[in-house]
Amino acid sequence: MARDSQAALVALNRFGFGARGGASGDFLNAASDPRGFVKAELSRPNGALLEVPGLQSTSALGKAAFDYQFEVQRARDAAAKSATPPAAGEGASQQPPPDAKGQRRNLSLNSIAMEMAPKEPPAKPPENATMSGAEMMQPAPPKPSPPRTAELNIIQKTFRAEALARLQRAVIADGGFAERLVVFWSNHFCISAAKGGLAQMWAGSFEREAIRPHVLGRFADMLKAVEQHPAMLFFLDNQQSLGPDSRAGKNRNRGLNENLAREILELHTLGVGGGYSQEDVTALANIITGWTFAGRLGQLGAPGTFVFNANAHQPGAQRVMGKIYDAEGFAQGEAVLRDIARHPSTAKFIAGKFARHFVSDDPPPVLVARLADVFTKTDGDLKALALALVDSDEAWKAPLAKIRSPYEFLIAAGRLLAQIPNNPNLYLGGLRTLGQPLWSPSGPNGFADSNAAWLAPEGMKLRLDISTQIASRIAEGVDPRDLLELAAADMASVETRRTIERAESRQQALALLLMSPEFQRR
Amino acid sequence: MSMETGMDCCEDMRSSATSRRAVLLGGASFAAWAYLPKFARAADGRDPRLVVIILRGALDGLATVAPIGDPDYAGLHGAIALSSSGPNAALPLDNFFSLHPAMPEFARMYRDKKAAVIHAVATPYRDRSHFDGQDVLESGFAGPGRVQSGWLNRALEGLPKGERVSSALAVGPTTPLVLRGAAPTVGWAPLAVPQASEDTAMRLLDLYQHRDAALSAALKQGLALDKAAQGDDMKPKPGAGGVAAMRLAARGAARLMGADNGPRIGALAFDGWDTHANEGGPVGRLAQLLGGLDGALAEFETGMGPRWRDTVIVVATEFGRTARINGTQGTDHGTGTVALLAGGAVKGGRVIADWPGLKPASLYQGRDLAPTTDLRAVMKGVLKDQFGLAEKVLAEAVFPDSSAVKPMQGLVV
Repeated sequence: MARDSQAALVALNRFGFGARGGASGDFLNAASDPRGFVKAELSRPNGALLEVPGLQSTSALGKAAFDYQFEVQRARDAAAKSATPPAAGEGASQQPPPDAKGQRRNLSLNSIAMEMAPKEPPAKPPENATMSGAEMMQPAPPKPSPPRTAELNIIQKTFRAEALARLQRAVIADGGFAERLVVFWSNHFCISAAKGGLAQMWAGSFEREAIRPHVLGRFADMLKAVEQHPAMLFFLDNQQSLGPDSRAGKNRNRGLNENLAREILELHTLGVGGGYSQEDVTALANIITGWTFAGRLGQLGAPGTFVFNANAHQPGAQRVMGKIYDAEGFAQGEAVLRDIARHPSTAKFIAGKFARHFVSDDPPPVLVARLADVFTKTDGDLKALALALVDSDEAWKAPLAKIRSPYEFLIAAGRLLAQIPNNPNLYLGGLRTLGQPLWSPSGPNGFADSNAAWLAPEGMKLRLDISTQIASRIAEGVDPRDLLELAAADMASVETRRTIERAESRQQALALLLMSPEFQRR
Repeated sequence: MSMETGMDCCEDMRSSATSRRAVLLGGASFAAWAYLPKFARAADGRDPRLVVIILRGALDGLATVAPIGDPDYAGLHGAIALSSSGPNAALPLDNFFSLHPAMPEFARMYRDKKAAVIHAVATPYRDRSHFDGQDVLESGFAGPGRVQSGWLNRALEGLPKGERVSSALAVGPTTPLVLRGAAPTVGWAPLAVPQASEDTAMRLLDLYQHRDAALSAALKQGLALDKAAQGDDMKPKPGAGGVAAMRLAARGAARLMGADNGPRIGALAFDGWDTHANEGGPVGRLAQLLGGLDGALAEFETGMGPRWRDTVIVVATEFGRTARINGTQGTDHGTGTVALLAGGAVKGGRVIADWPGLKPASLYQGRDLAPTTDLRAVMKGVLKDQFGLAEKVLAEAVFPDSSAVKPMQGLVV
């Protein structure tokens, strides 16, 4: 097959995380059979699963988190009883002091770069007498922020391990299409680790258990897995929601929480304007009362597992989107999810969002319509949806105009520079700096997915700083001219090529390459 | 020294180069003891230090140490040429060369015979790529290649066994190639995190303006906001090429290397010397950078304390710039340039040059100051005198295949 460099760019960047450095041959492979290159990852059985030794199930993690929080509480109670004043600012979540903000930014810039160069000797800590001199001479004011070396608790350790597994997978994946799909769906059905300890503990297992198995499966299955996952139930407060007429609701004088029901309709399935009303929200909220997870004592089931608490469930039939659901127990909710998963509004909403993510902020309506059609005809087969996108000419013809999200940018840099992360904190810092903290969007609608969001002045300035940091750590030993070949080959513009060639140092050239339109756009 | 000598013989520089160099270097009263390996003299309390400062981007040697006595200089360097009169007059070093006015500290050291200039110097590299030029400069090999060790590191390896040698110090976030290799190094960087330099930002903006209007608009605004937030009167941010950063790095490195058990060898790299446009003359962009370098040298002098006496600092760059200014009041990639020496151990007060002249026919490829001295000769001379490295080691291990390049003699007191 003839070499198609333009299509290779699309295959690698629009559908994947960018070409890998080293001897991957990604660009040539993508250029010789662009569509095949993209599709190859979809044909691998269980290719989207992430099974890494040491990563535990949500249930096991839940138990560990409950136990930890219980111990913290007990220690706190004991301290209160013995009238010892509690340590200042003590809490499960160790927030750095607010005045450390500026330093944090710098540290994260620094650390992301350090991470990208794990093999660089200078990163190793000082070890002899000269270094005490170094410490001595450092100007006093910018003190290193709260000690990173402090012992991490089980929740922080878990988050780091989950993050590392995800980052490593993204950096080493062949083209990255399957991982991009995971990120897309994970953002669609987002939770936020910022919600609290349990969400932080479960952010990774939620994605591994509720998203990954279904990324190339059925939307309805993913929907059910997500809405019954403890992480989602915790994130959107459904474990607190009680049917007003349920036994628990009457006893405890508490009632309905519509949060999860609203987001299911508005964000997960039908979309705003998808034809639902407030009555539908309330009815669905009633229907899913009792959807919760078992606590530390395991009265309802194994701690940290999804359980249906009949005591909290609103009895009786409910009408959602014009249909009466009178089944009992959790089957009532599952029936609703099954129906709205195949609702035409859902097909339209998903198709639009999917095309917007992969193709353009304003995707061609004809493409969106075709994707919606595939979604409907295949009953929400997400592999068919992905294949339909890859098979559409629109996806290959649209100009590479979307800017990479911070996550896509940092992963792409790690790939091109062939730096497999071994410390997640450092990527995590970079993502925070650039406004996309991992698994922690500010709302249930996830991170924005548009140029307007990421192509912002401060964001670009920070990207430049981060690129400079990365480059200053690893430019030695790499030739930015070669990397440009690996990343864009003959599709690199004359201006970009010249800018890189004329840079006054490898460091500068590499920073400019990472910031070039060829690298920033997808 | 020597300008007269150099001037006389410009007609036929090729044939007489060797003899003229002999005149230039050999005439001084170097006693034989001066060539004894100084390293072996630890018994007399001497504890040598060597700092290599690399200026990335190719320094304009003709603007740094201007051959004001050369009748062709002013015409070639045009509007940015230095002059010995008027405001911001260049600082005379001898009756031929003058120093850029932004370097008063170096001028003072020169007067005290603690600083020297080697002019019309170059590595063996004769092309014009920064990357390759820096490879040659730092690897110590005769040509560009993927060598993963630098000459300064191999020099460390070549030191006599049993001598106390602390790890070499690499200043900055990465170890420069010159100091990479098997011998141990320690790294130190000023705490302030370098952000992207203004030069990098401007190059990127230029690229965006040609290729991507939206990226251009966003970055431009982001930079402006950043500036506004910092305040225009703020000192330059520490960053690659920043003047404040040069002093900061030097101050820290000097503190470390000045300690009794401190590293004997250190390397720093300063960016930003690629002056294609608006280079400036006595004032302007290059002047700022030279001021930063000058400040860094002064920081070393202060910070090294008693060790300054035994210190040699070598300032080198990957190549020079065109002798003639270009259409944008700057200079393009050239060949011959200067190397600067400073430190208490430098036998200074001299401009060492086998001056090729700036007549059109004398220029390298009609463009550049022709190199007449191999930079490796300078490095070899310093290594030999400071650390007693044998010529054979220098010719084979430190600068491979360089036996034809003899160590320059008498650079160290």
